[in-house]
Amino acid sequence: MPTLEIRDLHVSVETKEGPKPILRGVDLTIASGETHAIMGPNGSGKSTLASALAGHPKYTVTSGTVTLDGEDLLAMTVDERARAGLFLAMQYPVEVSGVSVANFLRTAKTAIDGQAPALRTWGKEVRGAMENLRMDPAFAERSVNEGFSGGEKKRHEILQMELFKPRFAILDETDSGLDVDALRIVSEGVNRAKENTEVGVLLITHYTRILRYIKPDFVHVFVDGKIAEEGGPELADRLEEEGYDKYVGAGAVSA
Amino acid sequence: MTLTTDHSRAVADGAHSHGAVKPEGSRAERRTSFSLDDIPVPHGREEEWRFSPADRLQPLFQAGLGASGITVQVTPAPEVTVETVGRDDARLGTAGKPGDRTAVTAWNAFEQATVVTVPAEAVATGVTSVRIDGVAEDASAAHVLVRAERHSQAVVVLDHAGDATLTETVEIVVEDGAHLTVVSVQDWADGAVHASSHRARLGRDAKLKHVVVTFGGDVVRITPDAEFTATGGEVEMVGLYFADTDQHQEHRLFVDHAVPDCRSRVTYKGALQGSGAHTVWVGDVLIRANAENTDTYELNRNLVLTDGARADSVPNLEIETGEIAGAGHASATGRFDDEQLFYLQARGIPEIEARRLVVRGFFAELIHEIGVPEVEERLLASIEAELEKSMSVITGAPAEAPTA
Repeated sequence: MPTLEIRDLHVSVETKEGPKPILRGVDLTIASGETHAIMGPNGSGKSTLASALAGHPKYTVTSGTVTLDGEDLLAMTVDERARAGLFLAMQYPVEVSGVSVANFLRTAKTAIDGQAPALRTWGKEVRGAMENLRMDPAFAERSVNEGFSGGEKKRHEILQMELFKPRFAILDETDSGLDVDALRIVSEGVNRAKENTEVGVLLITHYTRILRYIKPDFVHVFVDGKIAEEGGPELADRLEEEGYDKYVGAGAVSA
Repeated sequence: MTLTTDHSRAVADGAHSHGAVKPEGSRAERRTSFSLDDIPVPHGREEEWRFSPADRLQPLFQAGLGASGITVQVTPAPEVTVETVGRDDARLGTAGKPGDRTAVTAWNAFEQATVVTVPAEAVATGVTSVRIDGVAEDASAAHVLVRAERHSQAVVVLDHAGDATLTETVEIVVEDGAHLTVVSVQDWADGAVHASSHRARLGRDAKLKHVVVTFGGDVVRITPDAEFTATGGEVEMVGLYFADTDQHQEHRLFVDHAVPDCRSRVTYKGALQGSGAHTVWVGDVLIRANAENTDTYELNRNLVLTDGARADSVPNLEIETGEIAGAGHASATGRFDDEQLFYLQARGIPEIEARRLVVRGFFAELIHEIGVPEVEERLLASIEAELEKSMSVITGAPAEAPTA
């Protein structure tokens, strides 16, 4: 069974004052079909983990390993990682003006699969997936993320997750900024992807509310660049009640 | 810092100016003349030459240029006539006077002019092609007049290729009710130095679409002027340029709203790559006191693909009447966005393909505005070829190695 294995991962970000360590020894194993929620306070390094796994150039891995099905993920370029089956639903998707959603989806699908999708079925598949996510068909002709509302951007991210069928998907605060309806629609999309494929999901979130729609198998509390506590879904319920104070209060880390 | 957008001379309305420096006052005051004596050889610090490599243009500042460096060949649409005439032909020199040194040397040097006429009421069924080929290094002058007589319609494409040192005048006369598209493509070989003064005059209810496409040549400096002479005129000026290592591409436009009820749209977009790539865009729009109900907008955008390239962008809007329908300008110069690249690569798209997507996207809308399918296809192909070069810059292939 394919796994995404993160071992003792240390990551720094470049700043004017020099490299600044953010991740300080992350250990995490995700198997196909599993959903892991990573929760934590702002600034704990959750999004850094997402970006570093995808290969964002701003972040430097200083030590540790990441393997996808035994392959060294860190040795791959950003696009190679995506073609190896990794998908990152971004917190702030970027505008690409003059490039239509339809063209973008087809180009990416072709790159990921190594061959162009069959014309007849692809169009149908895209339309169906858009319909499921309550996206207007006219959306396909708009420039990627240009003038999209926050909710439209997130639907477009999940649309890609459904169409590209990755082996592992990282959802970086996909829930942030969504109203309840949009959150439900987006969550349904993730759940469809989970049903239809054996995708392993790493769900990064600050809040517990998305976990009412997407059931995690494991919950990890992320504090100060590493995992401070792990458990099952019940850990999320406890966080809901207690918040992160226990982890970030005075003496919590050094104790 | 090599990335600049100069707004120092942008003037949003008659009442205020963004910049303290106003070297020559109103554009209306600039000297224009057919006489060499009136427009001397510039020293390079003049407003209209301050961005230009004056040393490289020196040969074109001289009087007495010949015509041996180029050939002109016209393939007209069936409805269109072509003549070669002497400089005393009365139709020449009717679309305004030269406004800078290379324009005045061009006017004074040519012996023969090419006159392309779209007869009154004629609707051209095909594109009229004018090929200007550089055949020798001799500094040369050329003169082309495109006349669209009243209520005619046509598309005329000027192609510049080969190696030349050329100063050129393109006169464009659009008579009452005529609809004319003029496309000028500068796809010179390396080494070419080209200055060209495009001077357009529009009659009542006349429409001109003026398209400039600059890819090749060491130095290319185009100065399109458009002047409305009667109400109801409309000019759309579109430009697309792509500058590589050590290329200088300059486009200076002037739209003169001298009469009421006219409309102008200016959209220029450029991409730059490689060290020493330099583009200049200056867009002067003057709305004179009696040009009521004018509607104008000008836009320049530049996309800097690699380090070491420089884009200057200076929109100038002067408004002498409050009774206008609309007036605005926008200018933006951006670097190739690493976040865009990351986003596309994170979808499995290799870097080269991702860059192509972004640059194609940058130009896509503009190319569709040209409305001449033959030209659009060629443009897309040229952009692809330019992108091949940029890939060698990025991947460090020896052909484009930066100079130490």
